[in-house]
Amino acid sequence: MNEELRALYQEVIIDHGRHPRNFKKLEEPSCCQEGYNPLCGDRLTLYLKVDHNKIIDASFEGVGCAISMASTSLMIERIKNIPIIEAQQLFEAFHLLVTEPSPTVKTLEYLGKLTVLGGVRDFPTRIKCATLGWHALKAGLDNAASEQRVSTE
Amino acid sequence: MSLISSFPIMSSSCNPAQNTIDWTALRSDFPLLSQQAHNKQLAYLDNAATTQKPNAVIEAIAHYYRVDNANVHRGVYELSERATQSYEATRNKVQNFLNAWSREEIIFVRGATEAINLVAQSYARPALKPGDEILISAMEHHSNIVPWQMVCKKTGAQLAIIPINDSAEIMLERYQQLLNEKTRLVAVTHVSNALGSINPVQQMITMAHEKEIPVLLDGAQAAAHLSVDVQALDCDFYTFSSHKAYGPTGVGVLYGKKRHLDAMEPYQGGGDMISSVRFEHTEYNSLPYKFEAGTPNIAGVVGFGAALDYLSAVGFDNIVQREQQLLDYATLKLQAISGLHIIGRAKNKASIISFVLDCAHSHDISTILDHQGVAIRAGHHCAMPVMERFNVPATARASMAFYNNEADIDQLVRGLAQVFKLFS
Repeated sequence: MNEELRALYQEVIIDHGRHPRNFKKLEEPSCCQEGYNPLCGDRLTLYLKVDHNKIIDASFEGVGCAISMASTSLMIERIKNIPIIEAQQLFEAFHLLVTEPSPTVKTLEYLGKLTVLGGVRDFPTRIKCATLGWHALKAGLDNAASEQRVSTE
Repeated sequence: MSLISSFPIMSSSCNPAQNTIDWTALRSDFPLLSQQAHNKQLAYLDNAATTQKPNAVIEAIAHYYRVDNANVHRGVYELSERATQSYEATRNKVQNFLNAWSREEIIFVRGATEAINLVAQSYARPALKPGDEILISAMEHHSNIVPWQMVCKKTGAQLAIIPINDSAEIMLERYQQLLNEKTRLVAVTHVSNALGSINPVQQMITMAHEKEIPVLLDGAQAAAHLSVDVQALDCDFYTFSSHKAYGPTGVGVLYGKKRHLDAMEPYQGGGDMISSVRFEHTEYNSLPYKFEAGTPNIAGVVGFGAALDYLSAVGFDNIVQREQQLLDYATLKLQAISGLHIIGRAKNKASIISFVLDCAHSHDISTILDHQGVAIRAGHHCAMPVMERFNVPATARASMAFYNNEADIDQLVRGLAQVFKLFS
């Protein structure tokens, strides 16, 4: 197997793809956001529990390829117990990781374990797989923020 | 035409029933197939999406632009007459190809999708009333679902769906029950793009006609793989695309019975489709030009003509026999793989195999196969209701043409071994 493929399907990705973590429905979530890729049919639901602008719990369910499942699983591990604003920064950094030819050292350090998904940048048709869960996160946080605004006004 | 004189068939062109075709030599007519992908010999197994083009087609298009290019049906000069002749010659070839009664029944469009939209807008929409039904099957491509939904939305008509069994075959008893006094049109695929099923269209047309219901066949996956005779079938409309039949993209055919086409209003207005225009009133042109507004894809149609010549020279007896051989070989090899499930086990199948693996999603399969030089399709194949019917999110699909060979299929099987290595 060649290097590009090995870089894409690292063991962490195979492991999380096969056994996604936090793969369940969340009781009483603040929001549940569907992510759907009409090109391939991958579909997931992301559950978020938000309190005082902080993600206190997250989980997901769905069907998809190893890349979309692993990416979402790894994302959830990382976003638990962080402020919403930091999750939004992570989204931006992750986007750079999978689309930029050579992301900066700062970006790589910031993303840590999530950099295993960097190999996807050599597979343009698979970038949407890697970002599916992340787009659901962004939409979910935007919705949660607007709901919170509505509820506090 | 001298362009196909280099055709490599030995003695078969005069007697296509004798399978003496040198398939290896024939493969070399398709220049794209000799390339490598990821340092491996390319095994192109996505022919249901589009087919590769023989030199004869590529050369016909180049020749047209080098020597014959002018607008058609307009100029009173030799060049324009030659362009018109080449363009119209393809219409005769399509007429022969489908065994249509008249060349006026052959309308050039952009593809099978546009052909179905034309029928939806020009035939169905003016005729439908609230409560009327259009009957389609559960194995349709989106292009034979959405145009009808759009028309239903405008008219208040409804879609009714013929169910399919677990082998991916039309349930004819249910079809019989669904044909009723509200049914205005049956629109079904001749061959399923996602499952490979060849539908019993002859029988279905007879059943519909017993109730005086017209039938449209979506022949996108059939026309290059089976012999089609629209008069024997007695279908009211038949649609297919050039690019799935070894011709260029951007050209397709709508065949319609003359009496239907005569009664239909044009779908689009513009140049070429008129006989006289005044601000008060426009007279439409006669068939087939009434439905061909604007300058058509002349070079594409000329290239398509070369593709039809090529297909005729190979002969459908040979094509069907060779593609069934490849289907049987691939089915045997794939069904022997533990953890692989073929979706679509119709008794009568074209050379399309959809499958899923227990251990890997079709997208992952496709990426890994790509690195083994194998091009297959992964996804829902523009047939999301089919995926739902078989309860899978997506499938991997290998679809074969006569230029494929056993080595391509072996390469697919070796590629799948890599998938298993990684995922199980």
